[in-house]
Amino acid sequence: MYHDRGPEMSRARWILLTLCLAVVSPAGAQERPLAFRGARILPITSAPIENGVLVVQGGRIVAVGPADRVAIPNNAEVHDVSGKVIMPGLVDTHSHIGGGDGGDRSDSMHGDVRVIDALDARHESIQKAQAGGITTANIMPGSGLLMSGQTAYVKLRDGRTIYDLLICKDVLSQICGGLKMANGTNPRGEPPRPGTRAKAAAQVRALFIKAQEYRDRIKAANGDESRLPQRDLELETLVEVLEGKRIVHHHTHRHDDILTVLRLQREFGFRLVLHHVSEAWKVADEIARSGVPASIIVLDAPGGKLEAIDVSNENGAALERAGALVGFHTDDGITDSRFFLRSAALAVRAGMSRDAALYGMTMAGARILDLQDRIGSLEVGKDADFIVLSGDPLSVRTRVEQTWVEGVKVFDLADPADRAYAVGGHKVSRPTVSFHHHDMEGHE
Amino acid sequence: MIRRTPFSAVTMAAVRPLAAAGIAVAFALAAIPSRAAAQVAVRAETLYTMAGPAINDGVVLIGRDGKIERVGPASQVRIPDGYRVLTAKVATPGLVDAHTVVGLSGYLNQPHEQDHLDRTNAIQPELRAFDAYNAEEALVRWLREHGVTTIHTGHGPGALMSGQTMVVKTRGRTVEEALVDSVTMVAMTLGPEVSANYNGRPGTRAKGMALVRAEFIKARDYAKRRKAADESRQPARDLKLEILARVLDGEIPALITAQRATEILAALRLQKEFGFRLILDGAAEAYLVLDEIKAAGIPVILHPTMARHTGSLENATFETAVRLRNAGIPFALQSGYEAYVPKTRVVLFEAAAATTYGLSTEDALAAVTIDAARIIGQDRRVGSLERGKDGDVVLFDGDPFEFTSHVCGVIIEGQVVSETCR
Repeated sequence: MYHDRGPEMSRARWILLTLCLAVVSPAGAQERPLAFRGARILPITSAPIENGVLVVQGGRIVAVGPADRVAIPNNAEVHDVSGKVIMPGLVDTHSHIGGGDGGDRSDSMHGDVRVIDALDARHESIQKAQAGGITTANIMPGSGLLMSGQTAYVKLRDGRTIYDLLICKDVLSQICGGLKMANGTNPRGEPPRPGTRAKAAAQVRALFIKAQEYRDRIKAANGDESRLPQRDLELETLVEVLEGKRIVHHHTHRHDDILTVLRLQREFGFRLVLHHVSEAWKVADEIARSGVPASIIVLDAPGGKLEAIDVSNENGAALERAGALVGFHTDDGITDSRFFLRSAALAVRAGMSRDAALYGMTMAGARILDLQDRIGSLEVGKDADFIVLSGDPLSVRTRVEQTWVEGVKVFDLADPADRAYAVGGHKVSRPTVSFHHHDMEGHE
Repeated sequence: MIRRTPFSAVTMAAVRPLAAAGIAVAFALAAIPSRAAAQVAVRAETLYTMAGPAINDGVVLIGRDGKIERVGPASQVRIPDGYRVLTAKVATPGLVDAHTVVGLSGYLNQPHEQDHLDRTNAIQPELRAFDAYNAEEALVRWLREHGVTTIHTGHGPGALMSGQTMVVKTRGRTVEEALVDSVTMVAMTLGPEVSANYNGRPGTRAKGMALVRAEFIKARDYAKRRKAADESRQPARDLKLEILARVLDGEIPALITAQRATEILAALRLQKEFGFRLILDGAAEAYLVLDEIKAAGIPVILHPTMARHTGSLENATFETAVRLRNAGIPFALQSGYEAYVPKTRVVLFEAAAATTYGLSTEDALAAVTIDAARIIGQDRRVGSLERGKDGDVVLFDGDPFEFTSHVCGVIIEGQVVSETCR
């Protein structure tokens, strides 16, 4: 466990922490098997298991099944979790934890800008997200620009640096996230930002066409360095997008804006996830037909943002009925990571099936981030990312009691320091300016 | 209709009795036209009356006048012929939101419909809530469909004195149709956000306190001079000082938004100096000064359970409700003010979330029914299901606090105002 509570943290704790990290990193080096028995297990990709056993070792799941079918290894450290519920760690497909930022007002598109260059692995928002049962997050730059930068796919490990959290192993040679884009009112503004929706689409198309030409020139050079175009960081990123190696995560609210994004996707053929989709209920069939997944947010009330006033908590149900893949997000701080499970419950309240909602919190999120082979369900060989709940995941009375990432416990409600992150209190959060939409959404 | 004649007679119980000083209430309302409400009976597997233990298989009868006729177990309360019968798994009194800005702070979040805070002057207690209430605002309906039948709404936090508040039912096309109490409290705020809203006037919290104290002293003097036997020696009417005089008289409480412990203590200090009736609002750091609040005997309208832990709420916890409960401090929950998305919270959800963090179901329900009604001074009409009270009932298809349950019926004064499952 890692609690950076600022200057009061003792030297002894630092040393202990360093030792712990040495043991747990690289991720999943835990050797002695851990067995969790007695819980109701929700593997998500298969039927719930009453009185289940989950065995993890080396950061992976090595066995999961009913107690009478899964043998607990002799050397296992056994955790009796009778009466609890175990499910996969939650996947937040759109978050702003970690205090990061993105592109600035010098341009409307910043494919070259990386959120990882501004993230703080010690930010308390990460501990709070662990307390909410989130184990994987897509940390995004804001939506105040057409293209605000590259996102980061992270595991919510207890880390000292952002490198301890990233899912990719090498930020210089690998693709470590997606690309954040936005349309509608947020990115509008004075030049170089677009003044209208049509202008916004034209700017995006022009950049993608440049990227296609850049890609073609590289191809035509055929390895001949003298014929290669000059390196362009933004176009390089867009070539990754055009080649399907980097997914576009697109903020969009109004139904016509949603269709605009789908049109751009058809023109340039990139991999896409639609985010927020406040008016998805108006174009659920179009979204489903496009095969593009949607990541939804669930809110206490409509309003507050003019282009999103028609937002409906029935989006999840409508998209499910239409056959689209639906994930969820907190958009933390729009909703607090500690209430992420509540999003699933409210979606069910508004008509989504329980199965689709729980799938949406886990496996759909994994697929949305292209991590379906590693996370999202409790299956042998997958990362040992799971949460121990006091009861049913959709019940208001349920608490997240433990959060495990790759076989390491990163949150324990019984630990007073962890508990403070779970409930708040004096000096749990660092001083902030008042919450304002400018901070989160990059408005004017 | 609102009459502009300043000294007109008051015709509605909604408007508080005239102050002893003879300060007249500035408006009057025509009586609400009687609604042809049918006689309604609610039968619920579990009936929370909030006036005793929950009743299994309980019945509430509401008469044509919209008032509750009888409450009790179905075995003892026969539903007369001709009553429209609504059934539910669970029924509760109509929910009471102890503090909101809904109806003044519109859901479009555009300047033309943000009427909870005027930014020209940090001290404007004379601003009346009913002059700015939009009964047809989408968020009023949203609250109603989620079981909130009574709201204490009006001028918001953010000014030293932002204006007045009122109590309305979440029904009607006009403020007249919605109104329960026209002047309920004077909304005040202590804290650095005031400086941000008023261009540094005041520029500090201490300066803000000095301005507030000076205003109350002026009002005390004004009230005294208005009583002068020689009319020619009376000062000219001053709307600002007039309402503050009513606060000083104890007729109208001050609702002081104070999140940090520093501000909470400052509010208690003000109350001690001027002796007005105080209700603490927000009170995110109340858990740091429980003894002081308890000793002062001040009730608290606590911030929404799920309020963001940023700005002046950076030290907030999800457990403050249960700590107030354990300290024996009367409190209610509120939806509060939201500057962005979501544009309002819903006290049903905020009470539900409080149960996650240790508050019992009964105590959480009380915080959005009878305890809220007491703090806003309306417990004789709303907040519990008792004979003679308003027939405001919410019907649920399951545990009211489970996020997967639905509100499937809302009744305000005998009228079924919502039957969609939300």
